[in-house]
Amino acid sequence: MSGIPHDHYEPKSGIEKWIESRLPIIGILYSTLMIPTPKNLNWMWIWGIVLTFCLALQIITGITLVMHYTPDTTLAFASVEHIMRDVNGGWALRYLHANGASLFFVAVYAHIFRGLYYGSYKAPREITWIIGMIIFLLMMATGFMGYVLPWGQMSFWGATVITGLFGAIPLVGESIQTWLLGGPAVDNATLTRFFSLHYLLPFVIAALVAVHIWAFHTTGNNNPTGVAVRRTSKAEAQKDTLPFWPYFVIKDLFALALILAVFAAIVGFMPNFLGHPDNYIEANALATPAHIVPEWYFLPFYAMLRAITFDILFINSKLGGVIAMFGSIIVLFLVPWLDTSRVRSGRYRPMFKVWFVLLVIDFFLLMWCGAMPAEQPYVIISQLGTLFWFGFFLVILPLLGLFEKPLPQPETIEADFRAHYPDAGGGDVPAARPTAAE
Amino acid sequence: MSHVDDDGGSRRDFLYVATGAAGAITVGAAVWPLVNQMNPSADVQAMASIQVDVSAVEPGTQLTVKFLGKPVFIRRRTPQEIEEAIADLGGDVSPLGDQNARNPNLPPDALAVDENRVLEGNEEWLVMIGVCTHLGCVPLGNAGEFGGWFCPCHGSHYDRSGRIRKGPAPENLHIPVAKFVSENVIELG
Repeated sequence: MSGIPHDHYEPKSGIEKWIESRLPIIGILYSTLMIPTPKNLNWMWIWGIVLTFCLALQIITGITLVMHYTPDTTLAFASVEHIMRDVNGGWALRYLHANGASLFFVAVYAHIFRGLYYGSYKAPREITWIIGMIIFLLMMATGFMGYVLPWGQMSFWGATVITGLFGAIPLVGESIQTWLLGGPAVDNATLTRFFSLHYLLPFVIAALVAVHIWAFHTTGNNNPTGVAVRRTSKAEAQKDTLPFWPYFVIKDLFALALILAVFAAIVGFMPNFLGHPDNYIEANALATPAHIVPEWYFLPFYAMLRAITFDILFINSKLGGVIAMFGSIIVLFLVPWLDTSRVRSGRYRPMFKVWFVLLVIDFFLLMWCGAMPAEQPYVIISQLGTLFWFGFFLVILPLLGLFEKPLPQPETIEADFRAHYPDAGGGDVPAARPTAAE
Repeated sequence: MSHVDDDGGSRRDFLYVATGAAGAITVGAAVWPLVNQMNPSADVQAMASIQVDVSAVEPGTQLTVKFLGKPVFIRRRTPQEIEEAIADLGGDVSPLGDQNARNPNLPPDALAVDENRVLEGNEEWLVMIGVCTHLGCVPLGNAGEFGGWFCPCHGSHYDRSGRIRKGPAPENLHIPVAKFVSENVIELG
């Protein structure tokens, strides 16, 4: 399946040959696991494993929670408390699931910004990038609907605000909003459909993850230099790469273990740190909490929604905010075509590097503003932050490719690796493997 | 599409188009019930009208009732409030962001002067859907910079007549279909 020359699975025993001629599944698993991987990958390439782990964690804990949860407005809140107090180990399952969502988003943001810095979205990996962005959108939808299920005050009012976004669409907005909610306001019909979709979407995500992996196994991984793996011969490819198993699996699992140590500490000692106390008050349609805040992972986009407090020509501020929020994600989809630079990795782009750091700062600044009340000075800071976000993608990124003078890039991944590890045996290690097929 | 390079409108072309159209209609007919099941169900639609006894509402206070899943503010204004509400703009709607009364009991182009916001011919009673026109939060009463309502979610200020004066909300607080059906009972819807 990979475009990089490498060994393929050769069935040896009779049973292996019998299976392989009927269903080549062992061969596919072998190719996936043994894929040649650039040997200079740094620690920012561990997030894929963390994300895969999070998806599995969320699906498994989610399925167990459903065994005890009741999606009905009169029972949902109590059934969550039932899980917390009565179900054996229920508190642990729920806290793992709630904080698992946070770990999921920490990992996905690290993964996305890694991709932005090292140009992982550039040819030939555009489809990998776009599928990743679709997964990101589905994660946000799933996270949002999951937060509604406990039927606390933040659940209810978060759902009201977010579904209200669709009401801003001209002409058809109100009908769409009513259709989404199943009534004039958030109520039982809303809860039950959110439950249904919250259960469905993770499996859609899992399928898209398989396609995401398929896509980058076809193009090969990007790497910190952005220089492509040599494909002229298997021998040269082997000087640039190491097989995913065992080299990168062990490295990734080590990183995952460290991350899970921190995760376990949060789940065990401060499980509500990232939640809101208001969500331990049952939903009440007649009283809005003094300060509605979405989950932390939505805050940067929420800040951009609130930043548009003024009308732009015929677009009123409400629709403008909605456009800004969705637009902030649409520009991410377009990055492969907005970036005009031929140099892939930010490592060799001196000006891009500076702007990229500002983008990361901007992201956290917007996150902070999103958590603050809708008043000055946060409004003006959000507006400037929103301006920079769009400016980075729509102006700076296209122009940088024209004006920036890139630094020299290494000839090969092997050369970069040797420069970092002059004493290592280096490129000969994989060649020492038995190469049966040659 | 056709391999027979003849007149371009062969019998086969017709069959392709007819089959494709029939297929599209079949798929559409099969998908529509799946989409339509998400629209409001009969029991939700049935809750379209309620009656509220307002005999216990004193001047200067507000009753909040749940109607169609949303809060409805029924405010009995004091003479001073009425005076301030009228004096505030003095009948001039030009400074308002939304100049429409948003009152379905009146013609759709009625202006947002105070007398078009209150129950018809009864400036003591102000009945409004208590849902911020920005993103649907419930505004707080006796709050904000204009002595009316304030939405805590994104900072929209409404005045004593429930008109948007400042903040991101695009429209005045909407007024439901409402009227007195007896001395002390208001019918909503």
